[in-house]
Amino acid sequence: MNSRVLPLYATIAIFLVAYLICYLQFPAMLSTRVIGNLLTDNAYLGLVGVGMTVVILSGGIDLSVGSVIAFAGVFIAVMLRDTGLHPLAVFALLLAVTSAFGAAMGGLIHGLAMPPFIVTLAGMFLARGASYMLTIESVPIDHAFYDVLRSYYRMPGGGRLTLIGVTMLLAVVVGIILAHRTRFGTAVFAIGGGAQTARLMGVAVGRTTVLIYAFSGFMAGLSGIVFSIYTGSGYPLATVGTELTAIATVVIGGTILTGGSGYVFGTLVGVLTMGLIQTYIVFDGSLSSWWTKIVIGVLLLLFILLQKGLLILGQRQRSKMT
Amino acid sequence: MLLTIDNLSKTFPGTVALDSVRFDLKAGEVHALLGENGAGKSTLIKCLTGVHARDSGDVRLHGEPVSPGSTLEAQELGIGTVYQEVNLLPNLTVAENLTFGRQPTRFGMVSVRRMREDAKEMLAGFGLDHVNVSRELGAYSVAVQQLIAIARAVALSGKVLILDEPTASLDARETEMLFEVVRRLRERGLGIVFISHFLDQVFDLSDRLTVLRNGKHIVTAETAGMDRLGLIHHMLGHELDKAEDRRTTRSIRNERLHFKGLGRRGKIEPFDLTVREGEVIGLAGLLGSGRTETADILFGRTPADRGEATDPDGTIDLSNPRAAIASGFGYAPEDRKTDGIIADLSIRENIALALQARRGWAKPIPRGEQRALADDYIRRLDIRTSDAEKAVGDLSGGNQQKVVLARWLAMNPRFLILDEPTRGIDVGAHAEILKLISGLTDRGMSILMISSEFDELIAASDRVIVLRDRRHVSELVGDEIETSRIIAAIAAHDAEGAAL
Ligand SMILES: Nc1ncnc2c1ncn2[C@@H]1O[C@H](COP(=O)(O)OP(=O)(O)OP(=O)(O)O)[C@@H](O)[C@H]1O
Ligand SMILES: [Mg+2]
Repeated sequence: MNSRVLPLYATIAIFLVAYLICYLQFPAMLSTRVIGNLLTDNAYLGLVGVGMTVVILSGGIDLSVGSVIAFAGVFIAVMLRDTGLHPLAVFALLLAVTSAFGAAMGGLIHGLAMPPFIVTLAGMFLARGASYMLTIESVPIDHAFYDVLRSYYRMPGGGRLTLIGVTMLLAVVVGIILAHRTRFGTAVFAIGGGAQTARLMGVAVGRTTVLIYAFSGFMAGLSGIVFSIYTGSGYPLATVGTELTAIATVVIGGTILTGGSGYVFGTLVGVLTMGLIQTYIVFDGSLSSWWTKIVIGVLLLLFILLQKGLLILGQRQRSKMT
Repeated sequence: MLLTIDNLSKTFPGTVALDSVRFDLKAGEVHALLGENGAGKSTLIKCLTGVHARDSGDVRLHGEPVSPGSTLEAQELGIGTVYQEVNLLPNLTVAENLTFGRQPTRFGMVSVRRMREDAKEMLAGFGLDHVNVSRELGAYSVAVQQLIAIARAVALSGKVLILDEPTASLDARETEMLFEVVRRLRERGLGIVFISHFLDQVFDLSDRLTVLRNGKHIVTAETAGMDRLGLIHHMLGHELDKAEDRRTTRSIRNERLHFKGLGRRGKIEPFDLTVREGEVIGLAGLLGSGRTETADILFGRTPADRGEATDPDGTIDLSNPRAAIASGFGYAPEDRKTDGIIADLSIRENIALALQARRGWAKPIPRGEQRALADDYIRRLDIRTSDAEKAVGDLSGGNQQKVVLARWLAMNPRFLILDEPTRGIDVGAHAEILKLISGLTDRGMSILMISSEFDELIAASDRVIVLRDRRHVSELVGDEIETSRIIAAIAAHDAEGAAL
């Protein structure tokens, strides 16, 4: 069996076991209500996670996404307040801006051969600063269309399947196809496996790099839209540190931080695992929400150890075959 | 003329790699490109295929000027290349590697089933039927990866196929298989550029040959009209120093190391080996016969699960490479691309690295000393470089191998294992390295040398151990060491090599 799938299986197994434990303690947790909320509450995280997965698969990193989400919220709120544009037009404008922003970062990374860490760190400050330029306080969004966007389908059992939850699931499907079933996706894996070799194989490294960060920018913008629907406002201080949470979900999802190996689906499971921990803490009522961070920290460590172990195992296996 | 190159020049900082070189290729011929390490062969290929931008020069395909800006554009022109460096990505599947850039798609989505079929088709004729195209490439041996890289290049080359030292990691059978493919392509009218340091292969396969020296074009001629010595003269610019045909047998010195019943299940049958001071032991056998496995066990890379190692002072710990190094063992492995060098560090740093690790990091080697060490080996191994501070990754392939060798020689181990020490090294340096090995043993170093080239084993070894099917089947000493006997031992069918 392909040893690279193991982290994904481990993630899924951990999620199922965790869910089982939660269920045994609080049977109410196995309901469409909880599942619906899990999707809705973590939709914005899932969206940036998909973008981040593609970036990390290519061996890169995108630290700007948390700020871009905040920028998106503020941009939408201010535009809806100050102009007569329809929200859909504002969304289109926003997605164009964030995609172009990502593309520009990708261009710098490739063109100047700069580490993605530095370029996207600059992008993080830039996007955060830009949101402050638009406003320094929380701007509420009250537009009739937003009520439409908050519509949901009531599942049997009373759970709400919201539009934003479905958007996230759709984005995961698109991400899976993009990463695992297109030529672009293979190019992403190729660059993650070794940019120099990829170039010798005929990969258009520059173009692909630009597209990767543009995609991440697009997903961050989309995540911002979803977040604005979820919170009903735009706030320049929102989602500080979300980029790190997104990286954590990607790693917990079984993608290797150095690139070239991983699964978009794993990221979804990673996001749901995090959401599950939070839900458990809410159900318990006595635990501090900081426990989420502690559990995530432990999980992260566990996964890094798992990956290291698999790496050693893979090498053993290889030396056996030669 | 299919391809013509005129006046091609390329300068790297501190090095003129190509100086007004010309080269041409006809349809339906194999044209060998020859020259010492660092002569500019790989650079010529890279300038031709858009990896490096050329400073000046004119390249024409079917008389039309072309200048591909990337490998991709070269592929689109019908030029498929196997570069000297690693060519494929170990993290992708075999099928993805093979079809990359041309994956069959439906509605923009890659059709995995058809991709596998395409991949299998591309592998046909390479004797790779056992390869599972859905597995990661990295799961296969270097030789298999190399054949897969060639299969990919063959499929991409509508007009020109370029092979830069394709046979360096292949055994005789695989090489013959490759040559069959090349001959077939030649008949189909492809032009093939073949780079190799194995002169036998050049005479066997090529129709014409071109020699470069120090980045300059020296000669282009019909292979049939060229003799070996003349060719070497063109390559080196002088006659080859006549290496000894046989190592002069010397008085047997003290026994130094005893390996008794060492072995590991599924890797190598238990064997006994006694190593004397100043002795060169050759290991002969086909690829997969257990040569590398023997070396791995002796160095603790795969620790033995039985047997023991002793020297006059007691037992030696060979449970891991660190322990082996601490006992004065050294090992220059076969797969130098991954195990050998750190491409971004300079020659000086690479040579000093192993020595430093042995001394412990608390006692840094003074920079001046490192420098002197590096300069010494640059001179002794004739490493072609502008200076000791050049990054090893910027050296030519053969010169990178010399740096690996230098690293281990600098540690001055008492027992040094060399796995294919002259792979990818040119004829001139080849003789130099054998001389160097001889000089080291005079000072008391014991050497275990693995080689697929019998001439080299015969010239250097005091004893040759022949392996077959993961066991040591016979040992040849003194005058017994000759090609026919080695071949007989390798080919013998009955277990103990009784055919001798
Ligand atoms: N990227 C680079 N930067 C600087 N110098 C380089 C670079 N690539 C090659 N060189 C230099 O150009 C010269 C020619 O190297 P090249 O790789 O073409 O040699 P080669 O003929 O292929 O040798 P080999 O038989 O060892 O592979 C060498 O002196 C090498 O150090
Ligand atoms: Mg070369």
